Amino acid sequence: MLNLDFSFYSWSLIHDYVLKGLYFSVFLTAVATLGGIFFGTLLALMRLSGKKWLEWPAVTYVNGMRSIPLLMVLLWFFLLVPMIIGHPIGAEYSAIITFVAFEAAYFSEIMRAGIQSIPRGQVFAGMAVGMTYRQNMTLVILPQAFRNMLPVLLTQTIILFQDTSLVYIITAYDLLHGFELAGKNAGRPEESYLLAALVYFVICFSLSYVVKRIHKKIAIIR
Amino acid sequence: MALDFSVFCQDTLSNEVVKGCLESGADQTYLQWMLSAWGWTVAVSLAALAVALVVGSIIGTLRTLPDSPWLVRLGNAWVEFFRNIPLLVHVFLWYFVVPKIIPAMSGVPPFLLVVCALGFFTSARVAEQLRSGIQALPRGQRYAGMAMGFTTTQYYRYVLLPMAYRIILPPLTSESMNIFKNSSVAFAVSIAELTQYALQSGEETAKPIEVYIGVTVLYVISALAINRIMAFVEKKARVPGFVASGTGGGH
Repeated sequence: MLNLDFSFYSWSLIHDYVLKGLYFSVFLTAVATLGGIFFGTLLALMRLSGKKWLEWPAVTYVNGMRSIPLLMVLLWFFLLVPMIIGHPIGAEYSAIITFVAFEAAYFSEIMRAGIQSIPRGQVFAGMAVGMTYRQNMTLVILPQAFRNMLPVLLTQTIILFQDTSLVYIITAYDLLHGFELAGKNAGRPEESYLLAALVYFVICFSLSYVVKRIHKKIAIIR
Repeated sequence: MALDFSVFCQDTLSNEVVKGCLESGADQTYLQWMLSAWGWTVAVSLAALAVALVVGSIIGTLRTLPDSPWLVRLGNAWVEFFRNIPLLVHVFLWYFVVPKIIPAMSGVPPFLLVVCALGFFTSARVAEQLRSGIQALPRGQRYAGMAMGFTTTQYYRYVLLPMAYRIILPPLTSESMNIFKNSSVAFAVSIAELTQYALQSGEETAKPIEVYIGVTVLYVISALAINRIMAFVEKKARVPGFVASGTGGGH
């Protein structure tokens, strides 16, 4: 490579700048995935409830979130959340709230597809043995929907992990920010961006490899 | 909390409200600025979409070629490279790293660099869709083309690709809408597009809510417009008497 020099990258540089960012990115991904799946499932259930007054807000919310760039959603929440709760919160907390709210819309579409993939007969079978709606969902439908959709949910999680880099816009301290600071500090921003790309690649590539394995496993069980 | 949309009629220099909003006072109004930012968003998106369609078609086709394992591997590597690195990092790579490694690229305007980043990033997704579109066709179609004495280029051109493109129109629609949303990352390298506008003028005017509402509405309008255009294309391109892949575009 022309005039690129990676020798400046020492353990202390990684320790001081990058690790903190990595922790936050992973934490944000984990919280947003769990929160997103929880609220996403609720939204999906609202959408499939067959009651107009539940369906309509869910549809509006999901389509609204999906037609705005995540960066604008980040800006909106960064502006509105402190206004609503009345005192400033850090960029990190704002990012967490935004990601849960934003990803819920995407996870709800996945969960909706998962629930719809279960044959209707199973719902009727549940009703026939006297299950309530709640029992039917939690004991029969949702467990199967989760398992069918597991590969898609995990793929969405990988996308989510990549999207955490967008918290750049509200200058939260994530993995990319860590690399950027380290690069600026060492006077080697270009090499730092290349390393950032490499780290993201290794993480996402290995995760998608795992997802492929899981996909195969699930396919055999069914 | 009362909203005050007269902020859009303010002049960007004097901050006085200009009558008619679109007439120039000392400088442009915030509305004019926002419309020109919309223009940049549209320009980045459409240029990137063109790059993505051309490159994505080539890569996607390569990945389905029979008897050329190295071309298939090249295509796969391309897709993995772009799918596993965040878009924002790609933008930084093109903006900071490429001009440094290739000195000839140092004079290229940022607009083109962002278009490359967004275009190539999306090309990987288009390639993936086209590959699955081609593979979704019955194998007999390929063999039929071969049996007719078509060369590989000919049976792709006349048999496989025309049907594959029709199959992947619904996912291409959502990809085109994604490009508009993803074009917002251009803010990071100071392209004067909508998100950059939202950041800057939100701060300048101290009326971020009004500004964000304007920007959000424009993004939604853009997404709807793309959706309608693609629905029109889908209708026009439909093969008579052939019911194409049932889903019809997301939801």
